[in-house]
Amino acid sequence: MKYEVKLPSLGDEAADEATVSYWLVEEGDLVHEGDDLVEMTTDKAAFSVPSPKSGTILEKVVEEGDEVSVGDVLCFLEL
Amino acid sequence: MAAVDRGIEVIRVEKPIRYRDAFRAQQHRRIAVERGEKGNALFLLEHPAVITIGRSGHAENILLSREELAARGIELHEVDRGGDVTYHGPGQLVAYPVLNLKLWKQSLRWYITSLEEIVIRTIASYGIKGEIMEGFTGVWVGGAKVAAIGIGVHAWVTFHGLALNVDPALSHFRLIVPCGIADKPVTSMRQLLGYAPPMTEVMDRLETEFLNYFANFKAE
Repeated sequence: MKYEVKLPSLGDEAADEATVSYWLVEEGDLVHEGDDLVEMTTDKAAFSVPSPKSGTILEKVVEEGDEVSVGDVLCFLEL
Repeated sequence: MAAVDRGIEVIRVEKPIRYRDAFRAQQHRRIAVERGEKGNALFLLEHPAVITIGRSGHAENILLSREELAARGIELHEVDRGGDVTYHGPGQLVAYPVLNLKLWKQSLRWYITSLEEIVIRTIASYGIKGEIMEGFTGVWVGGAKVAAIGIGVHAWVTFHGLALNVDPALSHFRLIVPCGIADKPVTSMRQLLGYAPPMTEVMDRLETEFLNYFANFKAE
């Protein structure tokens, strides 16, 4: 089953955008729920996005340096 | 599992502590808070002279080479916080809160605004009117930056934090383009007041404002 990993809410009503800093996983990697997948930054904050499920990284949709919005797909997991 | 109450342990480091040592202490605490082994903390300290470059940082905003900086006794570190290039050094009050934001509000913007407000209240007790500037994080007085803010969050537990210029060597800021903003000067409480308030006193006041702010916050 293909599962979309999306950029979760930053709790920010106004500025819901972030930049992809770097990926911590490669396509094909096995990840567990809660493992950090990707590091993101906003203008003044850095944070990581944990995997919402356990599975295999099927495809990374965004690249380092990309601007993404809350709800955008970051990668696909095969559950 | 994470810290389950809003208690905040204040940890003051008496002597200037190297950036990497303070960073390690924060990370140990952050991990313990995430695991629910320890409660929230607020580190208050000063660093020896160091230039740090954040994730969104640009090396061209450092105006000297690593070797030239070392010759002046200034270290260079790449760090995992938001923001660009920052200088830290003696005379600057650094606060690193390690807070489980799930106990307050899960919002990066709210948290940054909270740190700005705490600085504004702290300097207001000296008669300095600090302001926030839309699009430029930090606290400003008459267009000059008196406090810088850059945070990191892992599993909603915070690290990094704020730096308030009490009486640092302002000449050191000319070695960088602070936060990548070329046309905005940096100031200090000494420059604004005409005298340097004692660091321990400013720490006391910031600690009080910090604890009051987070104790009194009511979730919506």
